[in-house]
Amino acid sequence: MLEITEGSHAVAEAVRLSRPQVISAYPITPQTHIVEALAEFVANGNLDAEYITVENELSALSACIGASAAGSRAYSATTSQGLALMFEVCFNAAGMRLPIIMSIANRALGAPLSIWNDQQDSISLRDSGWLQFYAEDNQEATDLHYIAYRVAEDPSVLLPAFVCFDGFILSHTYEPVDMLTQQDADRYLPKFAPAERLDMADPVSFGMYATPEYYLEFRYEMDQAQKKAKGVIAKAGKEFGSLFGRDYSALIEGYHLDDAETAIIAMGSICGTIKDAVDEMRAEGKKVGLLKIRVFRPFPSEEIATMLSGIKRVAVLDKNISLGAKGATALEIRDALYGSGIPVNGFVLGLGGRDVRKRDIKEIVTLVEKGQGDQFYGLKKELL
Amino acid sequence: MALAVGCRARPGKSRENRTGSWRVFKPYFDHETCSKCGMCKTLCPEGCILEDPSGAFDPDYAYCKGCGICAAECPKEAITMKQEEK
Repeated sequence: MLEITEGSHAVAEAVRLSRPQVISAYPITPQTHIVEALAEFVANGNLDAEYITVENELSALSACIGASAAGSRAYSATTSQGLALMFEVCFNAAGMRLPIIMSIANRALGAPLSIWNDQQDSISLRDSGWLQFYAEDNQEATDLHYIAYRVAEDPSVLLPAFVCFDGFILSHTYEPVDMLTQQDADRYLPKFAPAERLDMADPVSFGMYATPEYYLEFRYEMDQAQKKAKGVIAKAGKEFGSLFGRDYSALIEGYHLDDAETAIIAMGSICGTIKDAVDEMRAEGKKVGLLKIRVFRPFPSEEIATMLSGIKRVAVLDKNISLGAKGATALEIRDALYGSGIPVNGFVLGLGGRDVRKRDIKEIVTLVEKGQGDQFYGLKKELL
Repeated sequence: MALAVGCRARPGKSRENRTGSWRVFKPYFDHETCSKCGMCKTLCPEGCILEDPSGAFDPDYAYCKGCGICAAECPKEAITMKQEEK
């Protein structure tokens, strides 16, 4: 049923319908509305879950690790500094192969303090082993939670997942969202039934130490699980499509790419703006298209190389920066297109909530047509 | 030992993790000089020095990490640490 609702509340509703048994989170702007709504669901008896209040994010995710290891479907949500505080715990959750789902309402990292949107927070944890999904709009943000649980809990994957959606731009925006019924959600998402769990009658330790004789192999197995997740996402996304009409089987999506000469690559809510800009540029006769990345981990290198074969040039937009290097997506696209001869031009933009408008997208296309790139876009020269 | 997903382990895992591979210096026990006082066994942080029926002491090299506390504390200086060739 179509409902006009705030992004955070739509996400909270999807989480409720996913029947998490344990929720532990610490409120932080702009994630707050999600956990407020979930706390209310539990308090009012609309969600049969244990809501564990904690003193900070490190404890929140630690509580989720315990819950997940004990065999419960666990959920948390955070952003920015909160996610940074979970750094150590994120690596542990992935290493213990616990399919916790965490919503990230993407926000810039301090200092300087900024509560506004960019994607530095989740990108900074790209090496942690968590799957990373990025939503373009609130419908996608909502649906990706079901997909994330299905994929994360698959026995061939068993990795936790971030569902990332841009703070404020999506989390605080009202949009029509098609909500599943509880019956539909249950049909798509079976009960979490891990093969192994903490059990007093059959003691087991999770995440034991590994000597140098074993550690390398554990990391290899995690990397293999990330790679296997591609196929599992394709299957889970397709099944979602056949049941509910919205197909998420592809890790990337092309928009007017078929005869395009210039491809813009981006992820998150900026893709909506880019689509409008592409439509306008197409009307002016410019052969431009968009490649939207929905899944950043596992990174769809081969899929991107295939979709972009024959393209003349690429502009990669990054709402993050690996300081001293480049935007994270630009680096990975260079790797994906290595040897193809396609020039890759990276643009770091929109950091700390700086608006990216249609005219910015058009200007970027003009810049890459001139062969320019690998720069911060939209710098105010008068401030420097 | 086969890898368990998520490094999950049943009780008894420390027996399988043979920490002797960490060792750089290996203790050698001279039974001629040893007075069988048992100080080495008492102070070994790994608990891997074993007493045989005759009262003589020897480390279990599968778990001895080569810390050298036994050699430093032995009142008879009967334990020598030598760099191990692997």
